[in-house]
Amino acid sequence: MTSFLEALAWLGDPAHWSGPSGIPIRTAEHLGYTVLGVLVAALIAVPLGLYAGHTGRLASLSLALAGAARALPTLGLVTLFALLLGIGLGAPLLAFVILAIPSLLAGTIAAVQSADPATVDAARAQGMTETQILARVEIPLGMPLLIGGVRGATVQVVATAMLAAYVGNGGLGRYIFLGLGARDYPQMLAGSLLIIALALVLDLSLLLLQRLTAPRGVRAA
Amino acid sequence: MRWVLDNLDVIAGYTGAHLVQALPPVLIAFALSLPLAKLANARGWLRTSVTTTSGLLYAIPSLPLFVLLPGLIGTSVRSPLNIAVALTLYGLALMVPAASDAFRSVSRDVLGSATAQGFAPAARFLQVELPLAGPVLLAGVRVVAVSTISLVTVGGVLGVPSLGMLFVDGFRRGILAEIAAGVVLTAALALIIDALLVLLGRALMPWTRQQGVRSA
Repeated sequence: MTSFLEALAWLGDPAHWSGPSGIPIRTAEHLGYTVLGVLVAALIAVPLGLYAGHTGRLASLSLALAGAARALPTLGLVTLFALLLGIGLGAPLLAFVILAIPSLLAGTIAAVQSADPATVDAARAQGMTETQILARVEIPLGMPLLIGGVRGATVQVVATAMLAAYVGNGGLGRYIFLGLGARDYPQMLAGSLLIIALALVLDLSLLLLQRLTAPRGVRAA
Repeated sequence: MRWVLDNLDVIAGYTGAHLVQALPPVLIAFALSLPLAKLANARGWLRTSVTTTSGLLYAIPSLPLFVLLPGLIGTSVRSPLNIAVALTLYGLALMVPAASDAFRSVSRDVLGSATAQGFAPAARFLQVELPLAGPVLLAGVRVVAVSTISLVTVGGVLGVPSLGMLFVDGFRRGILAEIAAGVVLTAALALIIDALLVLLGRALMPWTRQQGVRSA
């Protein structure tokens, strides 16, 4: 327990709250990496998932690929791309995107397919075009599942963003690796607590969003 | 390629260490999840809180948890035991909700019929409820196994031996083949264990083959 007190003392030290390697900047970096990674992955996975979910084409292939991608070790991808692309944000970003796509793709496909086929047929019978069915029926009904995919992807990228520090970038992972190198356990612990707090805040916010986007009268999630 | 061929013994050693760290947490998480899920299903409020806690636990990134545990339970940051405890927690976070769903998927009428036919509670659980929950349980264990095998590698940055050391060492020394070998081997190990679980499921639950019941 003394190590926790030391970690809290580390966190309470005003020197650690200012400057380019201070907690606010590192947190902003970590958050920035996460948002950027999930956003780029969503630009690829969401349209693909909407297409696959709505038409049924490529759906099982997409899900199989998404499942297989979960077996990829995050640290392996980050170090591999860092050697291939050199130091910089490009390598970790590529890893974030690859690791975020499976959750987003699976979530989007599940979201579109969660709509009752009878409801979809009713929309079609009323004269809605396929795009309208997707935008006004399938997406709103499946929104909580889609946000669930974003949640899964965010959890994955927050964890991987920590490894960005391992290959020379910023983020809260810095404190863990600096502490590891200097055998400074309180610093490692303080960094860990910060990352855990950030991960939980993000996860709870998305959980709340998931609840809020559930259509009234439908308990899809 | 040359690096891989010159270091087959190193790779074999890390693969062994990897399996030793990955398999016990999967087995322990599975064994513990069964009573925990039964307990959770017995009370509605308990089930909700178990699902919420599991979700939050799973949201905690692995490396910070590896760092946090020594402060809580006194293990060493660099010990395989520390990694195993963390992986068991992640396994439980995935497996308890899965087992809870699995037991809920068993029809109450079927359980009622078994009781009427004279099954004692223990026999009813082992011979009726557990086999019927089997396919959903198997789906849960497959996810736990794949995720655990992949997570073990993160211990590499702390110096705990596993295939993750190939990433750490390969990155430090700039050997691309070493990292690539690690990625391929970790994914292959996960897929092999997954395939073995599917085969085990077919052997233990032959009826799932005939009806074409799929466990995703």
